[in-house]
Amino acid sequence: MKSILPITTVSIVIVILWYGFSVVLNSTWTKDQANRAGVEVTFSEILKDTMVQQRPLLPAPHQVIIELWDTTVNKKITSKRSLVYHGWITLSATLLGFVIGTGLGVMLAIGIVHNKAMDYGVMPWIIASQTVPILALAPMIIVVLYSIGLSGLVPKAIISAYLSFFPVSVGMVAGFRCPDPTQMDLLKTYAAKKSQLFWKLRVPISMPYLFTSLKIGVAASLVGAIVGELPTGAVAGLGARLLTGSYYGQTVQIWSALIGSAILAAILVGLIGLIQKHTLNRMGLAR
Amino acid sequence: MNSTVVMDTEPVIKARKLGLVFQTKDSPVEALKDVNIDIEQGDFVSLIGPSGCGKTTLLRIIASLDKPTAGDITVNGMTPEEARLQRAYGYVFQAASLYPWRTIAGNVKLPLEIMGFSKTEMNERVKKVLDLVHLSGFENKFPWQLSGGMQQRASIARALSFDADILLMDEPFGALDEIVRDHLNEQLLELWKSTGKTICFVTHSIPEAVYLSTRIVVMSNRPGKVVEVIESSLPRERPLDIRDSPEFIEIAQRVRMDLRMSHSYE
Repeated sequence: MKSILPITTVSIVIVILWYGFSVVLNSTWTKDQANRAGVEVTFSEILKDTMVQQRPLLPAPHQVIIELWDTTVNKKITSKRSLVYHGWITLSATLLGFVIGTGLGVMLAIGIVHNKAMDYGVMPWIIASQTVPILALAPMIIVVLYSIGLSGLVPKAIISAYLSFFPVSVGMVAGFRCPDPTQMDLLKTYAAKKSQLFWKLRVPISMPYLFTSLKIGVAASLVGAIVGELPTGAVAGLGARLLTGSYYGQTVQIWSALIGSAILAAILVGLIGLIQKHTLNRMGLAR
Repeated sequence: MNSTVVMDTEPVIKARKLGLVFQTKDSPVEALKDVNIDIEQGDFVSLIGPSGCGKTTLLRIIASLDKPTAGDITVNGMTPEEARLQRAYGYVFQAASLYPWRTIAGNVKLPLEIMGFSKTEMNERVKKVLDLVHLSGFENKFPWQLSGGMQQRASIARALSFDADILLMDEPFGALDEIVRDHLNEQLLELWKSTGKTICFVTHSIPEAVYLSTRIVVMSNRPGKVVEVIESSLPRERPLDIRDSPEFIEIAQRVRMDLRMSHSYE
């Protein structure tokens, strides 16, 4: 409960700033219009106009909220104009990509921790993989996969996995490596097998790392899925909403898709946070 | 002469001309040199010496956590590694090093899980050893909910749970205050008497060594060597106030003299 005050304060500040920028940025258009019509506009008229423009440079918060409400609650979720419909398209690619990415990330981490050659040979490539801008890579992945007959969900999921395996593998390498020498020696005195060392020590000790990695990973997955929708001129998904919005100058639509994806990311991260809390509580690691 | 007699007289732990040289960046460090030691079945042997004298290293070699670079050592007539693979000993570390994500019962169960005991057997053993260290009722607590002394008792229970004949203890009470330490020393003696285990105990406290041991191995540093092995004339039955007896004081003085003569405190 103590967190409510700071959270509200920050939210209010953001909203106030947002409105401020809306007024400043949108007023240019209002003044131009008035100039052309040869009329003088007062400050209160500018203020009023900047809040209700059709294609504002920066939509005011309430415009975005109304658009969000309109495209989620007031539309059937099967409708092409429903944000829920588009959200689901992106979410399905996100989740598939997240599962692939997490699986790959954990497997790589296991390999790296157990094998010196992999540590030296693979780790640099993992890091190099993330220095290539995904925006440059995404179209190529889509084209290559299309040529072997894959389109739609899978290519997007692969781009999404490409972004999410990284935080998971790096985080889990750190997690699997955190047992201290005494904790390792202890198992050695029991003549424990390597697999037992892994399951009884490395896995449980890495749990806090796992959840942190998953949170970063799922957010990266969502970004990947959206990016994967951009180069194809996709007809559905949050990325498609962003794209069509920018084609037609529908800034309100762009911003509502943006806020929509932010909300989706928050829900995903929040869900992982809940599982984290529950798991670490049961393990006695949350204090 | 039949073979069982030979088995009985063979020391549980036997080291001859044992040496260990650590390779460090600037120069090799001689941690142990020409160590000869015999630990008999049922002995309570303390290794005492200043820090850096290799007493922990010696214990780690016995446990096959470190490898000697010279000499011979056998544990139960085998190499230390063979003995370790046969789970010949329980090891108690300086810090309790309980796994924080396991409850007390879960921690005691850890070696049993690894060694593949059945579920009912595990539960029986956990109950028995927690009783032995007076921790019944704390099964479901997490380590951080217990005091340092209780944590160390739990780690002793963990080392006892699979009933190895040898107990290796590396300054287990070093970090505890004197009141708790006295109490745990008393309990440890009780435990040793009731289980008949062979205990090898590292300490740098003279009263602790004299109070607990049947034999005291005094070590010196640079290089780590055995200065003298003192046989204790104290009876096995040892109330705490035995520490005020002339006999006790005499042994303590001898240990102190040995320690003083053998080191230079640069």
